[in-house]
Amino acid sequence: MADENQSLKKAFSGHGGFGVDEATMVAMVTKWRRQPDQKSCFRRDFSDFFTTIGSIEKCEDDYLLHLKTEFSRFKNIMVLWLMHPWERDARWMHHVMHKSYPFTVIIEIACTRSSEELLGAKRAYQALFDHSVEEDVAYHIKENYSKLLVGLVSSFRYEGPQVDNEMAKWEAKALNSAIKSAGSGKLIQNEEIVRILSTRSKLHLKATFKHYKELHGKPIEEDLGANLWLQETVKCIDRPAKYFSEAINNAFKEGADKQSKIALTRVIISRADVDMEVIRETYYQQFGVKLEDMITKNTHGHYKDSLLSLVGK
Amino acid sequence: MSTIDVPNPLPSPKEDAQELKKAFDGLGTNEKVAIKILGRRTAEQRAEIRRTYAVLYKKSLLDRLQSELSGDFRKAMILWMMDPAERDAKLVHEALKKKGEKAMWVVIEVSCASTPDHLIAVRRIYRSLFFSSLEEDIASSSLYKEPLRGFLVRLVSSYRYTDDYVMSELAIFEASLLINAVKKRELHDEDFLRIITTRNKSQLKATFLHYKRLSGKSIDEDIDHHSSSQFANMMIRAIWCLASPEKHFAEVIRYSIEGLGTDEDTLTRAIVCRAEIDMKRIKEEYKATFKTTVTCDVIGDTSGDYKEILLTLVGSEET
Repeated sequence: MADENQSLKKAFSGHGGFGVDEATMVAMVTKWRRQPDQKSCFRRDFSDFFTTIGSIEKCEDDYLLHLKTEFSRFKNIMVLWLMHPWERDARWMHHVMHKSYPFTVIIEIACTRSSEELLGAKRAYQALFDHSVEEDVAYHIKENYSKLLVGLVSSFRYEGPQVDNEMAKWEAKALNSAIKSAGSGKLIQNEEIVRILSTRSKLHLKATFKHYKELHGKPIEEDLGANLWLQETVKCIDRPAKYFSEAINNAFKEGADKQSKIALTRVIISRADVDMEVIRETYYQQFGVKLEDMITKNTHGHYKDSLLSLVGK
Repeated sequence: MSTIDVPNPLPSPKEDAQELKKAFDGLGTNEKVAIKILGRRTAEQRAEIRRTYAVLYKKSLLDRLQSELSGDFRKAMILWMMDPAERDAKLVHEALKKKGEKAMWVVIEVSCASTPDHLIAVRRIYRSLFFSSLEEDIASSSLYKEPLRGFLVRLVSSYRYTDDYVMSELAIFEASLLINAVKKRELHDEDFLRIITTRNKSQLKATFLHYKRLSGKSIDEDIDHHSSSQFANMMIRAIWCLASPEKHFAEVIRYSIEGLGTDEDTLTRAIVCRAEIDMKRIKEEYKATFKTTVTCDVIGDTSGDYKEILLTLVGSEET
C-alpha cells in the first residue's frame, strides 16, 4: 500500500525532471477501480500537493499548474512534431511577442535556419497572423533592441562559398573599434555591429570571427561582455551545435526556469531532422555525458520516449 | 494596367522564334519584326520564346539580339527580354556603383514599387549572380551615408505582408506618429522608419489617407514643405513607390526627357519595367501633371527603332 502510494506519487510529480509516468498512473487507475478509500488515503499521504480546508480536500494551485505543464509536455512535442517546420518557427517567433518567450528565440531562429528556411517561416507567419514578422518585431520590441532583431529576421544571406577575406579582416577590425568606442550598454544599437552581423553571409562571419581572435588575441564573445543577445547571435552563427547543446544542458540544470525547460522541447524537435548527430557529439565533448543518458535520467513517461526517439541512436 | 497589346490569335512560341530567326538572318536585320513580335508579348510568353529559340537553334536569343542590334534600341530590347527578377537585380547592381539621387531611385523602385515576392526573387537571383546579398552590398557601400543608407537597407530587406489587411485604429494612430515626426523634421525617427519600412502597402495607403485627413496635407507635400534634404527627397520617392508608383514613374519619365538631351537609360528603365504593371496609370498621371502625353514626349525626344519599341510598350494614349 505504502509502496503503491510511493510509486504513484513519483508518477504524478514529474519532480526533478520532465514529464509524467503515464504507465504507472494508468495501472493505478485499473488497480484502484471502485476504491475511493485508496485514493483518499493517497491524497492524505501526498501532503505536499493536497491539503484540506476544514473538511474539504483540495489540490494546491501551484501543484495543479505544475501537473498541467508536465502532462502537456508530451502533447506539445507531438503537436510540434507533426507541424511543418515553417509553421513551428512562425509560432515560436509569435510567442516572443505574445507569450513572453525570450527574445533569444528570435535570434535562435533567425540565425540557425538556412535562408530558405527562414523565408518559409516568414511566409508561414504571414499566413497565420496577418502581419509580417518584421512589422511585429519592430512594433512590439523596444527600440534599442529592435534594430538587431529586425535586421536578423529580415536577412536573406548569401549562402555560397565565396568569402572576401580582406573584407573579413577589415570587418574584424571594424567590430573591435565599434566595441571599444560604444559604451557597453550601447553595443546592441551600434550600426556597424548590427550591419555586419545581420547582412554578411555566415561563412564570411565565421572568417571574420576567426580573424578577430587572431588580430585581437581573444574571441569576440569575450569583448561583447554582458551583451547576451550579441553573444547569442555570434554563437548561433559561428557554432550552432554548441549553442544548442548548451541550451539543452541549461534545461537539465538545478533550478532551471520555465523558459529553459521549454527550450528542451524546442531544440530537440527543431534539430532532430537537421543536425542532431553533431549536437549529440558536441554535447558529449562539452559535458562528458551522453545526451541520451541525460534524457533517460531526467525525463519520464511518453515525453521521455519521444525525446529519445527524436535524438536517435 | 498593362499596356502590352498581345495579338489574338497568339502565334505559337515556335512561330515567333522562326519569324525572329528570319528577321536576323541575311544582310541586315528586320528590326520592325523584332519590335512587332517581342514588343507585344507578356513576360511569360517572352520567356517561352527564349526557351523555344534556344531549343530550335541552339543559340541564345539574347546573344542574337546583342549581336544584331545596336545603340539604345539594343539596350531596350535586351532589358525587355530579360527575366524581370534578373533584370531588376542587374539594374540595382549597376546602380550601386554610381553616386547620386538617380541611382538611389533604382534601389527604391526595386524595393518599393513591386510586390514583396518579386523583391524576394530579385534578392535570390542577386545572390547567385553577384555572390553577395543585396542588403550587404548596400549596407557596406561607401557611396551612401547614414541615415539614408540604413533606410535603403531596410527597404530592400523588407518582406511585407501581401494581403489587403488594414487595421483602421492602427492606421489612425500611426498617421499621427508620422505627422509628429514630419513636423519636427525628424524623418529618421524610429517610429517613422519602422512604419514606412515594415507595414504592408494597404495599411500604408490607409495610414496616408488618415494623414491627409488629420493634417490637411498629403504626406509627400508635408515632407516637402518641411525639408528639402536628400533624405527627405528619397523618403518622398519611397512613399510614392509604395502607395502610388505612377507618381514616381511619371516624374522619372519627365526627368529623362526634360532639358537638353535625353537620359535614355532612365527612360528605357521606366518604360520597360512598368509596361506590364501600371503604364496606363502612369500615362494618366503624366497627362494630369504635365499637360502632355508620354507618347508625345517620347516622339519628340527619341527616334528610329528605339522610339518604335518604346511607343509599342507604352501603347496608345486612348487605352
